[in-house]
Order: sequence, then structure tokens, then C-alpha cells
Amino acid sequence: MDNMIEIRWHGRGGQGAKTASLLLADAAFNTGKYIQGFPEYGPERMGAPITAYNRISTNPITIHSNIYEPDYVVVVDDTLLEVVDVTAGLKDTGAIVINTTKSSDYLKSVLKGYKGSIYTIDARKISEKALGRYFPNTPMLAAIVKVSNIMSDEALLEDMKGSFKHKFAKKPEVIEGNMKALKMALKEVKKI
Amino acid sequence: MSIRERLSGNEAAATAMKQINPDVVAAFPITPSTEIPQYFSTFVANGTVDTEFVAVESEHSAMSACIGAEAAGSRAMTATSANGLSLMWEMIYIASSLRLPIVLSLVNRAVSGPLNIHNDHSDAMGVRDSGWIMLFSENNQEAYDNTLMAHRIAEHESVQLPLMVCQDGFITSHSIENIELVEDEKVKEFVGEYHPEHYLLNKKEPIAVGPLDVQTYLFEHKAQQAQAMKNAKKVILEVAKDFEKMTGRSYSFFEEYKLEDSEVAIVCMNSTAGTTKFVVDNLRKKGLKVGLLKLRVFRPFPAEEIAKALCHLKAIAILDKADSLNAAGGALFEDVTSGMYVNNTHVPAVNYIYGIGGRDTKANDIEKVYEDLLEIAKTGKVENPYRYFGLRKEAHE
Repeated sequence: MDNMIEIRWHGRGGQGAKTASLLLADAAFNTGKYIQGFPEYGPERMGAPITAYNRISTNPITIHSNIYEPDYVVVVDDTLLEVVDVTAGLKDTGAIVINTTKSSDYLKSVLKGYKGSIYTIDARKISEKALGRYFPNTPMLAAIVKVSNIMSDEALLEDMKGSFKHKFAKKPEVIEGNMKALKMALKEVKKI
Repeated sequence: MSIRERLSGNEAAATAMKQINPDVVAAFPITPSTEIPQYFSTFVANGTVDTEFVAVESEHSAMSACIGAEAAGSRAMTATSANGLSLMWEMIYIASSLRLPIVLSLVNRAVSGPLNIHNDHSDAMGVRDSGWIMLFSENNQEAYDNTLMAHRIAEHESVQLPLMVCQDGFITSHSIENIELVEDEKVKEFVGEYHPEHYLLNKKEPIAVGPLDVQTYLFEHKAQQAQAMKNAKKVILEVAKDFEKMTGRSYSFFEEYKLEDSEVAIVCMNSTAGTTKFVVDNLRKKGLKVGLLKLRVFRPFPAEEIAKALCHLKAIAILDKADSLNAAGGALFEDVTSGMYVNNTHVPAVNYIYGIGGRDTKANDIEKVYEDLLEIAKTGKVENPYRYFGLRKEAHE
């Protein structure tokens, strides 16, 4: 299981962190991997902190616990940084990807000296530009793929095109915007 | 060639039902099994299946409708969880005593109260003596495979008992994972058609189903039910053999994971078995001789086979995801240890109650159980056979 990648998502109910984790599972599945994508269900309500998880491996995955020592953490909402211990158990060899416009000094201080890599992306700007509305999950999906190198940019774009066609079968007008959001996010995620 | 897919456990159960295309599905939604009738109702609406879908007003009615449908001579299925099963309770016993091979997908969840929607096995354990065949599933694949095998077992002329396929609520029901699906035509051929010998809609043979059964008969009927449950053991293995021919996937009463040369082992059911395999692999790398017996068939209970599989061990831990609250131990613990006693097998055994109300079962928890077992193996002594893991210390005073 040494090749298993574990990812933890932190978001707020309604922002699509669960959907993003399922889309990531889908995309990795389509590259031939073994995958798990699952949310941790708490009291479900809009705005409450939620956690979702991914495991991705070249071997079958048997473990069925939550993830306590992730390789990567994705923070979909930066107001969680002071509420949730987002780097809990996060490996120093890994990285955290945050949707934020906050300064690197602020981020370093709230991440309590996390020694791994810190990446940021302004998913709000990208989403509003590409979709005209705030759906942070699509840019965050692209960001974590870029940072974790789970698959190539091209493979992600090709696969998501298919997934969006299926997911948005009843509102095809949003497919193009989502594809645009992915492409922008792949370029704009940066290490601080 | 099988079909490589990724599905949640609920999707897997609903897909199996779609391929089986039963005559009747009657269901009432309850978390975490809601998605099963939800997905299935879309198959009905799309015309993918020609099932009569009965959207009842309660689980009591869901099971009642399944009983009526099966008694009439058709194949009926349903799904539920926790308090849904509690509300079916009266009809659960009637289904089995009328020898109606209904198939139920039970997505395990804690029975209230206080209210909790998360996974444990208290719902299943509450009906363990109701005369239903009970299969447990480690993951989405097994939930699917067990459902495909269900009717062949339940409807067999020597069995004719209802059957429930259990899987862990949320942990597998809501987790997307890889799965190998069987082609529709192959499933259809494997499951076959249902032609009961006696049924209500047979105008050539008018019968009554479920009339008064007084002192002179009920005992004999219960003994027949008990015999049918014994007969199910042979049928379960036969069906598994045919299933293996079709899919290459092998099933039995239980899976022995690195058990043969083990010194100590864990006995458990459902998703915890997967986490335990992960831990076994890690500990084996360190040279520790640890193994797992994952029980698939809980009813009929394969007591003799379990005793044989565990007799060489120096210590065993039986994990119960439901507390029997009887000051003695959980249901699986009592069944395993009494089965061993009756079969003249004595191995130091310890019971852990765990995972109640969705408390996450971590690899560390399982590792600690193996540490405890290796200690017990050294001394042969069990200080306290009825324990917990994952329980916060401050609460347990």
C-alpha cells in the first residue's frame, strides 16, 4: 500500500467538497486506479464544516476508516483555517492547498508551522470569472490534481469533459464554464 | 468479461436489484438505505425494469407488501435500515414463518435511541433469531455479489427462507469504490426465474397462507423452519460454487485471511474486515503471525466450521459492532465461543464492543487488539473478556 495517496477535504456544507472528492475519485478511476471517495457525514446543514476523503492507489484498497495522516489536504473555505485543525496528521512530505487570497504570513501563522508545502488559489475569482457564480469545488479539484500530480492536466480535462456532460446533462450551459474554471485553476495554483 | 465500474455500496445494491428485475419492490426511505429505493424507482420510471414499485407509507407496510407479493407467487425485494427494520419487526417473523424468500438489503445503522443515523450492527443483531438468512458484506463488491446470489439461496426448494444482505451504513453505502459488475444477461441466467410450488394466485390449487397454527402444529412448523436454516448451509456453498464459475470470485461461510499459520486472529464482519486486512498486512511485514476470520454467513451460523478454522490459534478476539447489554458479551462473541465450546475447542477468547453509532474504526484500534491478543497468547489468561475499543475513557467510569 506504499503507493496509496490519501487526501482530506475541508469545506462547508453546500460548497461541493463532497462532490469534488467524488469527481476526483471518478477521474482517478478513469486513469485505471483503485479509488475511494467518501464524505464524513455529520449533522448536515448548509455552512457547517464538513470533511470528505479520497484514497487513490494502484492496488486494491481494503482499509475503511477515515483518513488521519493524509498526504494532501484541500481547504475549500479559508474561514475554516481558524476553526478546524486542517493540518492535523498531514504529512510533512505532502502539501496543503487552500482557496484563499490571504497573505502568506497569515497562512503560515494559522497553519502552526506546518513544514510541508503550502499552495494557494483564488477559486472565487476563477469561478466567478468562468461560471459567473461562486462554485469553488471545480477549481479546487484542478488545484489538487496539479499539486498531487495524480494525473496529467490533459487527462484531467479530457476526463472531466465526460463527467460534466453526464453530471450536467440537464443544464449543458454550465459545462463550458466548468471546463474553463478547470483550465484557469491548473495555471493559477501557486506555492507560497 | 466483467464490467469495471465505480459505485457506492447503495448503487451496487440498486444495480444488483436492477439486474435481478424482481416482480415487486415495496420500500419506504430511511437513511442510510434511502438511495436504494431512490435509484430503483428511477429504473422503474425509465422502464429499465418492469417491476411493480410500491411506494408504501411505512416499513411495516413495505414488509407486508413483500409478504403479499411473495405469497401470491412473485419475487419481492426491499431495503431498509435501523428503525425501519424495527418497524418491520412483526412482519419479519411472519415472512420467515410463511417461508417466503423475500430479499432485503439491510444497510446497517444504529437503532435509536438516542437518535443516531450512523453505522453499527444493532439493527441486524435485533433480528438474528427471526429465521432470516443473513449475509454480511465487506464492501460494495460483496454487497453486489451477495445480492446476486440471494434469490438462488432463499428460493431453493430445501430452503424457502427470506434473506437479508447487510452492509455498513455510510462506510460502504456512501463510499465510491471500484467494483466488477456482471453483464445483465449473465445475471438473468444465473438468478433464473421464480416458480414456487405453492402460491396464492394458482387457481388450480386454492390454499390459505398464514392461518391459525395451534398447539398441534406450530412446534412442527418451527422445527421445519429450523431444518430449512440447516439446509441453507449446503445451498449457500453450491450457489457460491456456481457464482465462482461465472465471476471467478470465491465465497464461502467466511473468508480466512492469512489465518492458516496465524497465532492469533480477529473475527469480525462487514467493513471492519477490510480495515483488519490492512492491519494484518502491515503487522505481517513486521513478522507477526496475525490473521482474520471474516464472517459472511451469520445465519445460518457455521459453528462447526468456525471452530475448526480457529482451533489452532493461541488467542482470538471477536469484534461486535452492537452491544447486547447483557453483562456478558456481544452476539457474535457468544455465538463464536459457544460454537467452539460445543465443538470441544478451547482457545482464549476476548470480546470487543466497538464502532457504536458510527464511531470510526481506525487501523490503530485494530493494531491494539492484535497487541492485546499477542499478550494473551503468551499467558493464556484473559482478565476481562468483555471489553471496548474506541470508547472515550472519561465516559467509561
